[in-house]
Amino acid sequence: MESTEICRRLVPEAISWALTRFTRLVTGAQARWIGCAPVPVQRVYFGNHNSHADFALIWASLPAELRRVTRPVAGADYWNASAIKRYIIHEVLHGVVIERSREDSAVEPVDVMAEALKAGGSLIVFPEGTRNTTDELLLPLKSGIYFLAQQCPQVEFVPVWMDNLGRLLPKGEIVPVPLLCSISFGTPLQLQPAEDKDSFIGRIRAALLATKESAQPGE
Amino acid sequence: MSHLQTTWLMAGGILALLVLASVLGAWLKLKVADGNPHSLIDSLNIRIRAWWAMTIAIGLALLVGRVGVLILFAFVSFTALREFLTVAPTRRGDHQALVMAFFIVLPFQYFLVGVEWYGMYSVFIPVYAFLFLPILSAVKSDARNFLERTGTIQWALMITVFCISHIPALLNLRIPGYDGRNVFLIVFLVLIIQSGDIFHHVCSRYFGRHQIAPQVSPNKTAEGFVGGTASAVVLGMLLSWMTPFSVTEAALVSLACTLMGFFGGLALSAMKRDRGVRDWGIMAEGYGMLDRVATVCVVAPVYFHIVRHWWSA
Repeated sequence: MESTEICRRLVPEAISWALTRFTRLVTGAQARWIGCAPVPVQRVYFGNHNSHADFALIWASLPAELRRVTRPVAGADYWNASAIKRYIIHEVLHGVVIERSREDSAVEPVDVMAEALKAGGSLIVFPEGTRNTTDELLLPLKSGIYFLAQQCPQVEFVPVWMDNLGRLLPKGEIVPVPLLCSISFGTPLQLQPAEDKDSFIGRIRAALLATKESAQPGE
Repeated sequence: MSHLQTTWLMAGGILALLVLASVLGAWLKLKVADGNPHSLIDSLNIRIRAWWAMTIAIGLALLVGRVGVLILFAFVSFTALREFLTVAPTRRGDHQALVMAFFIVLPFQYFLVGVEWYGMYSVFIPVYAFLFLPILSAVKSDARNFLERTGTIQWALMITVFCISHIPALLNLRIPGYDGRNVFLIVFLVLIIQSGDIFHHVCSRYFGRHQIAPQVSPNKTAEGFVGGTASAVVLGMLLSWMTPFSVTEAALVSLACTLMGFFGGLALSAMKRDRGVRDWGIMAEGYGMLDRVATVCVVAPVYFHIVRHWWSA
């Protein structure tokens, strides 16, 4: 009984450690905290989405004490598909799993996320909703992030821009190429009183692009 | 001079020079720059730190032996290839070509050098990778910027894998009367190129008037070129005792190497400009591997063939 208990606690810790090291090694990315510091404030980190590795990179870039309270929001269709994925998302990453298609879900995805925030954790979300495989910088953003902000207006929304990850492991590929990636954390924003959806989503989008710009190495 | 004497003389000399350079660098930073940022002194100190890293890495590799040298330069190739391809304009369709470049072409090239198959390691990348990798991209049916994409991948492999692998390949050469001392060919090359580079930098800074290609590399001047080349040639003559060359031959070999290094480096700078980065290692926060070894890269195959043609049995 006791040994199973130890396994239940240590194995996820070990996998989490290995995953963090592996991600940092493969991407070569060092987190740049440009618009804010890595401090324990309740936050929603929202990033551009090009690759499965996005998920792991934001998570691996957080200092350990922030990582412990930060939960990635993940699509149930992908992560509940196999026992290994289920184990990783629930036991290792402590993800918040949501149903992406509205029909097979009794609860609104936004409510699930808001509940996780009300429990005190931080979240990692990808407001594009799906991986961007086009040549555009960003896909049109989903409105979920606005409704989430409405439910939790005190939470800081931190833009995260990741470069090159889409090239590292494009959708549908298995072997990653070890190109150098970058990850930058921009200036946080909050929902203004009486701010409407289009304005907030517009600011979210602008914040992502501004973070990309400020991360440019330049001449 | 016996093998052991050469080794001690060289190791002692290099260590003494490094200590001297570090002390000088620290003194300049403290007295001349007053501890403030100073472009020339800071870049000198960055170089000195890189030399320490280089010396320690090469020293450790030499202790391990041939396999150590192969692993060291395979690692250098890997890091440099990573930096080069990071800023390459590749698209989704190139993914498998990139996977091949990193995980098949690079290790196989070093394997070929390791088994001393000269006929194959000198054509594997220029012929077989050249013909085969674009096929992997083409079957993905995306022709946009195709020539630029495949050309960049090929250049990346040529510079960072093919060229660098010619440094450990120097150990394969059989030179009559020079048995077991081939590693000094590597040390000689690195010393000539690195010192030429630093003298060029200093001469450009203090006497530089005429830029050679301002759009490509504003730091390269005619004055720096003359100063760097002359000092590398003099150093080459002073170091001829560690090589199979006579003093005159050492001067000529050094001249060929610095000329190749200078103009080859210019071409690499132009590629860097084209990709819109100041340093190859820009993504790696600070100076990258390729910025440090670029000149040695372009010289290595030429140096290898000079030695192979005129000195090896």
